[in-house]
Amino acid sequence: MGLSFENITNNIHDWLYNTFNPTIALLIEFTIIGVLVIGLFSVLGLVLILMERKVSAWMQLRLGPNRVGPKGMFQTVADTVKLIVKEGMTPTGADKLLFNLAPFIVMIVAMVILAPLMFAKGFQIWDINIGVFFFIAISSVSVIGILMAGWASNNKYSLLGAMRSGAQIVSYELSAGLSVISIVVLAGSLRVSDIIASQQDGWWIFKGHLPVWIAFVIFIIAVTAETNRAPFDLAEAESELTAGFHTEYSGMKFALFFLAEYVNIFVVCAIGATLFLGGWMPLHFGTGTKFNEVMDYIPSSIWFFGKTFFLIFVIMWFRWTFPRMRIDQLLNLEWKYLLPISMINLLLVTLIAIMKWYF
Amino acid sequence: MSFISKYIKDVFGAMKSLLTGMKLTGYYATHHKKEKITQQYPDNKETLHLPERFRGEVVMIHDENNEHACTGCTACELACPNATIKIITKYDVMPDGKKKKALDTFVYHLQLCTFCNLCIEACPTAAIKMDQTFEHSVTDRSKLTKILNKPGSKIREGVE
Repeated sequence: MGLSFENITNNIHDWLYNTFNPTIALLIEFTIIGVLVIGLFSVLGLVLILMERKVSAWMQLRLGPNRVGPKGMFQTVADTVKLIVKEGMTPTGADKLLFNLAPFIVMIVAMVILAPLMFAKGFQIWDINIGVFFFIAISSVSVIGILMAGWASNNKYSLLGAMRSGAQIVSYELSAGLSVISIVVLAGSLRVSDIIASQQDGWWIFKGHLPVWIAFVIFIIAVTAETNRAPFDLAEAESELTAGFHTEYSGMKFALFFLAEYVNIFVVCAIGATLFLGGWMPLHFGTGTKFNEVMDYIPSSIWFFGKTFFLIFVIMWFRWTFPRMRIDQLLNLEWKYLLPISMINLLLVTLIAIMKWYF
Repeated sequence: MSFISKYIKDVFGAMKSLLTGMKLTGYYATHHKKEKITQQYPDNKETLHLPERFRGEVVMIHDENNEHACTGCTACELACPNATIKIITKYDVMPDGKKKKALDTFVYHLQLCTFCNLCIEACPTAAIKMDQTFEHSVTDRSKLTKILNKPGSKIREGVE
């Protein structure tokens, strides 16, 4: 296994620490990681927006973008160029500092969540021992950026959108957190690498029986709401609030919000894939079987991105199937259905974990 | 305990209806090659297929003898909500010396037409119909005012 991500990162790490003194080596590593994260973000933005447009077109029996480049593959590149050359207006009545700060806060939050994600075997920025807690804690911060944007715009639609978004994210964080905890209970660790290692003999969604399925469904619903995606896109509800919290944004600042939305989708789907579908772990059943060996031939990064993109497709599928909910329906769904169900479900999962009923 | 059974029924009913919707869009997403309805218009100008009920513009039906079925009754003019049609009538002298009202000019203002189909429905003799042409752009506004009855055409025998 000469050319795995694990070996490459380890070689670079060793070379840096042998060549420079530790401080400079650490700074160089920070720079490399920053460049890689920004690179990942731009690629994700281009790929996911194109994917969304194609998926939506297929589901609505349209063709989708098909003019720029082969099969329309460069459509998002053209869009990005357009957004870059556009003027980034700041309205006269806006709070200049907060208005200009908000898109960067949203972006930075999305970047920070990437830290404990494991993209391939041994390829991780920071294997922090409270990894899953870190996800939940940081993802709540993005609501500050949204509220900031809505408030600073000095626009009633923006404020309404931001307030809805606040109510929504605060509510849905609960059930997302509870379904994440059910996996933490089973795995017995908050560390991402431990959680993935615990799925060595089968992903939790297969090992954990029905309660993990319920937790998975609740997790997917809750993260759809947390990323402000349809059917929970009340924060930007085009038909009611023009564009919600980013009504007043244009040019590259708008593009940052747009990009943050898609990066957030990627991040939550990656978390879902890590917790429920085993992250980079290939499809294993039991230990030491022939089937496992065959599955191990597929590189771990392909497993990770395959699972993540499958979940992203499911979330896009939701968006282009379901109509938008009203705000009262949204809060009813969370407080009357998802939260009680996930609490009872957590009890069941805990029982399974204590009695060791999982495989 | 009835509220609990209702609660559970609600949850399963919701899941069922959501999955029904996802099944349809999932079918569309996987079979979009077969099911897609978009036509790439300027590219497929030769093979363009329009639906049967597409409403492009009003035309008058003429047969091979250059005869139409319009009696000049002005039902279409009265039915038109925005004065698109103006019918100018004349009086034909019949062989027995009687005068009979007949169509002189059927003026159709395409620029006013909303393609609502009311004139076609109002016509008692089915003399006009909706054509499928839709490339209406012209360089001058006056070109949009059309005379639908062909020069020298007359009413078909037996149409009252």
